[in-house]
Amino acid sequence: MTSSPPATSAGRDRRPRRDSRVGDKIFFNLSRGSGILLLVIMAAIAGFLAYRSGLALSKDEGNFLTTFEWTPDAPKPVFGIAVLAFGTVISALVAMAIAVPVAIGVALFISHYAPRRIAQPFAYLVDLLAAVPSIVYGLWGALYLVPHINGLTAWMDQYLGWTYVFKTTMPGATPRNLFTVGILLAIMVLPIITAVTREVFRQVPRMHEEAALALGATRWEMIRTAVLPFGRPGIISASMLGLGRALGETIAVATVLSANNVLSLHILDPGGGTFAQNIALKFGEALPFGRDALMASGLVLFVITLLVNGAARLIIARRKEYSA
Amino acid sequence: MSTVTTTSAAAAPLLRRDLTNARLPKWAAPGIAVLAVALGCGIGAGAGLKSHLQWGLISAVLFLALSYGLAAKVEGRRQAKDRFATSVVWVAFILAVVPLVSLTVYTIQQGIGVVNGNFLSHSMKNVISAGPGGGIYHALIGTVEQVGLATAMAAPIGLMTAVYLVEYGKGRLAKVVTFFVDVMTGVPSIVAGLFILSLWNILLGFAYSGFSGSLALAILMMPVVVRSTEEMLKLVPNELREASYALGVPKWKTILRIVIPTAIGGITTGVMLAVARITGETAPVMMLVFGADFINNDPFNGPQQSLPLYIWQQYALVNNDFGYARAWGAALVLIAFVMGLNLIARGIARWRSPKAGH
Repeated sequence: MTSSPPATSAGRDRRPRRDSRVGDKIFFNLSRGSGILLLVIMAAIAGFLAYRSGLALSKDEGNFLTTFEWTPDAPKPVFGIAVLAFGTVISALVAMAIAVPVAIGVALFISHYAPRRIAQPFAYLVDLLAAVPSIVYGLWGALYLVPHINGLTAWMDQYLGWTYVFKTTMPGATPRNLFTVGILLAIMVLPIITAVTREVFRQVPRMHEEAALALGATRWEMIRTAVLPFGRPGIISASMLGLGRALGETIAVATVLSANNVLSLHILDPGGGTFAQNIALKFGEALPFGRDALMASGLVLFVITLLVNGAARLIIARRKEYSA
Repeated sequence: MSTVTTTSAAAAPLLRRDLTNARLPKWAAPGIAVLAVALGCGIGAGAGLKSHLQWGLISAVLFLALSYGLAAKVEGRRQAKDRFATSVVWVAFILAVVPLVSLTVYTIQQGIGVVNGNFLSHSMKNVISAGPGGGIYHALIGTVEQVGLATAMAAPIGLMTAVYLVEYGKGRLAKVVTFFVDVMTGVPSIVAGLFILSLWNILLGFAYSGFSGSLALAILMMPVVVRSTEEMLKLVPNELREASYALGVPKWKTILRIVIPTAIGGITTGVMLAVARITGETAPVMMLVFGADFINNDPFNGPQQSLPLYIWQQYALVNNDFGYARAWGAALVLIAFVMGLNLIARGIARWRSPKAGH
């Protein structure tokens, strides 16, 4: 770290007092050091995973992108991420499709619709539920949700089967499938998305809302013209947080999904897998080379979440307007 | 002309008798809701649908359709849209509440019979996992130590980074840090675990221990702390800073004495939410802590246990009714632990700075 004070802090307090300048310098460098440390950690994560993945990929006998099997510790190591990538994306998509609209609704409920006496405790409850650990969701998903969701999946098969996606080739099988995983993930990310979105809705300038109402707008028109446009970056960033958690969720997926290496568009059929779930399940029995292979899949997951978050971040940055 | 009856006020405003449009009575919304639920249950029972989930979904759709239809008929389209939006928001609220309440109630139901003094004060040492008995004492110790170590590492770094971003950050470095903090929030817990495994355990050759688990947990915690603290620091009014500068207080003292104390309520809440998040993380702990059956008080040496990992092992590896029972008991304790932490944190935050609440 160089000790030259930056133009920004020097410009503001250009004063001859020695002691305060020293304190400023130390404090500034401490805080900047923390920021740099975070960058170093991120670089190290990418670097180490890339290094181990390189070791694994050089010995892969299959095609890493298109192979369905995962047998890195066999005499002829074959492993690929096709099934895992598919399962990760599909379950996260199902989760977001359910969670984002519901979360926006709940956030609006808390910030604008609910009677104040309900809103405050309920907001509090949502915050508490954001803290429920994923393993508890997993346990509940496997032992309660899976037996109870049978009716719904049978229904979807019956009425939405023509979409191909919701057709099941194994009617009556326990619904330990990607769709159930998606629902569970939706329930898990809902409190997080709601909590963030709600905070943004609450910061909507009161004047904007009152102006809309004064012009004769109904409550919905006020929300559409004043609240939602103001809150859009917040909604995106909240969804991004949720998506990140849904993509990388490990243990809840591992408890609910009955994994195999079949890639099927019938998301109501049991089977499939996700990156994180695969790592969690295979890690225990993996030999050193198998671990490197798992790190290769971990690197892919890392890159995907990096791209998702980076893209969302850029969307937000384009219309960022934090006024003091 | 005066004999023409019309319901559309906009088409013939001269014919209106009142200054206001016709409105549905106040009890209309709850009335429609009751009607929709009754119809939904009727249809569900009539069609012999076993899952109550389906009954609920039918009721929800009926509720939306009825409230839009009735309002469109009586009040006009704009009002109907408004009522429809209100109904959608209420349905979303109920959709969200049902699973969350179910989760809480079911966990309490299943876990309450298991948790007792013996369960809390004994480990799994010498307990045959296919039978009853055993406890979570070793897991409690492990979780508290690992999370404590992780917080001790992550909270100061996260706080200082947020201070840098809000108070100093204007150059390119600040932009890069902000960007990567956001990206880091999305780092999956299992990736953090893999990273520590490859760095700490494989490259540096350390054995499995509670500490290597807490390293991974710290990585997960840092960006959360940075983000929440950043938001809170941004909410501190600039006037406070300027008043402090005007009195000749140096910048670092302004930050320590004015900015951070003003935001301390929000910062505490943020840190506690981060703690709650990492307390429940299973994936990294699973790879790095290794899950011992016995009590290990030393997080730096030898395998430890942790609560989430214990639940996973009882569910996935033991995989029988005794295992499930222990898993539910541990889940109840874990939830209570996390929520207790939350409540205490909020209590402290409120007591510490009454005006930082909003």
